[in-house]
Amino acid sequence: MSNPNIIADPILAGLAGGWKVIDCAGLASDRVMEADVVIVGSGAGGGVSAEILAKSGLTVIIVEEGALKSSKDFKMREADAYPTLYQESAARKTRDKAINILQGRTVGGSTTVNWTSSFRTPTPTLDYWQNNFGLKDYTSEALAPWFLMMEERLSVSTWLTPPNENNDLLKRGAAKLGIPAAAIMRNVKGCWNLGYCGMGCPTNAKQSMLVTTIPSALNHGATLLTHARAERLTIRGDKVETLVVVAMDATGVAASGRRVMLRAKHFVVAGGAINSPALLLRSSVPNPHGLLGTRTFLHPTVISAGIFAQRVDGYAGAPQTIYSDHFLETHAVGGPIGYKLEAPPLHPLLLSTTMAGFGQAHSDTMRQFPHVHGLLALLRDGFHDQSKGGTVGLAGDGSPVLDYPITEFVWDGVRRAHLSMAEIQFAAGAKSVQPVHERAEVYTSWDAAKKGISALQYKEHITRVVSAHVMGGCTMSDDARLGVVGANGRYHGLANLSVHDGSLFPTSIGANPQLSIYGITARLASLLAQELTGKPAARLVA
Amino acid sequence: MAANRRTFLKVGAGAALTLAAGGGLYRYLHPAGPLQRFALDGDAKAALEAIVPAMLAGVLPVEPGARALAVSATTERVHQAIRGLQLPAQKEVQDLFGLLALAPARRLLTGVAGGWTRATDAQVGSFLQEWRFHRLAMLQTAYHALHDLIIGSWYADPASWSAIGYPGPIKELA
Repeated sequence: MSNPNIIADPILAGLAGGWKVIDCAGLASDRVMEADVVIVGSGAGGGVSAEILAKSGLTVIIVEEGALKSSKDFKMREADAYPTLYQESAARKTRDKAINILQGRTVGGSTTVNWTSSFRTPTPTLDYWQNNFGLKDYTSEALAPWFLMMEERLSVSTWLTPPNENNDLLKRGAAKLGIPAAAIMRNVKGCWNLGYCGMGCPTNAKQSMLVTTIPSALNHGATLLTHARAERLTIRGDKVETLVVVAMDATGVAASGRRVMLRAKHFVVAGGAINSPALLLRSSVPNPHGLLGTRTFLHPTVISAGIFAQRVDGYAGAPQTIYSDHFLETHAVGGPIGYKLEAPPLHPLLLSTTMAGFGQAHSDTMRQFPHVHGLLALLRDGFHDQSKGGTVGLAGDGSPVLDYPITEFVWDGVRRAHLSMAEIQFAAGAKSVQPVHERAEVYTSWDAAKKGISALQYKEHITRVVSAHVMGGCTMSDDARLGVVGANGRYHGLANLSVHDGSLFPTSIGANPQLSIYGITARLASLLAQELTGKPAARLVA
Repeated sequence: MAANRRTFLKVGAGAALTLAAGGGLYRYLHPAGPLQRFALDGDAKAALEAIVPAMLAGVLPVEPGARALAVSATTERVHQAIRGLQLPAQKEVQDLFGLLALAPARRLLTGVAGGWTRATDAQVGSFLQEWRFHRLAMLQTAYHALHDLIIGSWYADPASWSAIGYPGPIKELA
């Protein structure tokens, strides 16, 4: 147990103060409940929607598949954090198992475990949405007040502490090559600069949904169901009548056998890309053009590991405080695929499973752990005919399966990303660099790396590809031939169903998506609150 | 060992068929029912205990007693990690170990002829290397599953941290 005198725990305090939280793992019998609005998911989209709707005077029930954890549970241990806080123990995979996906499954969703990187939706991305999906309200200017409101609400600000060595090496290497790099804004308040954001913030400094919007919604009378898996919506005519919820057991692995039926005037689906389209597919919602689940994007992410003479200690200090968009900006948005560079946190379990090979060669790398520098490149998918993303479907048991073929167009970007990262790492003084590819060698010079990487065969399984950003699958467009959800977040063909999460995005964002989800869903939830109450929606304040 | 390896390579061309046949036999012996939690027993446990030292070559203690303890503790952590997966994923891993436990499948897909308890690290390392680059995606993904489960279980353990110079999280909050 951490010393309760050091860290105040807002979750324990709220529960003691009478929050309505039901752990469905403990249900002794089936239940029926009712509210104005039922929200599926407590992550970025669900959390923001819950606070706005509850503050606007509506009764709200939030449905979360994961458990309610708090700072007292966040012990900075990967072995505990991944099984308890992530979808599928942080080992969710695409259908062919070529891409490993990190997504949260806990109250607060991925915001509880993300690395705090905050970017407004880039203007080229919004321009693409306007030109290709008719989203005329989605301009940088029109969205600015919503981003500003959420930045203030979640303490998004410039991180003034010097970057850790892992990030500073990106800055120094890029500077040597004349490549611009800049500081990343972070949603933190009183951050201790520990570096364990991915295991749940032990000091409640990260302004995730867990410590901001969800507590506020609960303070305004909302009800939170945990260990509650949204199974399907039942539909009559053009209206959703009920959400059928399956209670999970306390381990979160299997259903307990209990069910909860939720009735509401309006339903908001915010289970995150993959789970939101899957719920809608299980519910047989209208899907006249077969678009539901298609255009699911991942920011396919590849990694390069450098070894430095000095200690890097990539596990210590705030992760991802420096970035470079140079390789997004040097090509037109519709040209060869571009990529964003960042420096992720390095912890033993995640790094060791990510690094290629086994036995002696693998252990030789791990023995240099404090000297390892990690760079990642996240590829901006969804802006080209050869980059249409993946498709969410259902397995026989109803669970989601994401089929994401990696095209030659994307592999071309992977190779260029490996080259760019190696060049920056050598420019920063790396003794050696190894891109994460089963056939890559440990290159000891930029020349050797350039030759080696240029000769590598790029295909699935031998190239390590991961994702921490799932977007799309419920594409937003007022044209029903282009998207399943209107520009106002309302599902086409159903009168009382909205989607408020990253699955709305018609492409990937081209930046870490949390602030895009906060700002855009704040707007959608405010429109919805106004429509349901007939009064202006409540504003969120810090 | 060289002979086994060559035999294995030769049957590589027919491996898809073999795998299908092995899978069929496995399903015949373990008819489909409701999804259940992963269980590690008998030859499946022996297979994992043989694969762990090859995957972790270079980090396990050299002294036989300490080494046996480390293998057994890692095997148990892998077991627990699998039991934390969602049930459909647990079944996939169960099927993999079910296949590894079948003698004909073991011989044809891994080249390990004489049973898991008698397999050498070199024999196991050799089949892992084959699977790593195998043209059958199923064997490649099986390699990655074993890689992530075993290596992840090793480095998740605080006992492994001092050897890699990782001090662990801040003590005041841990």
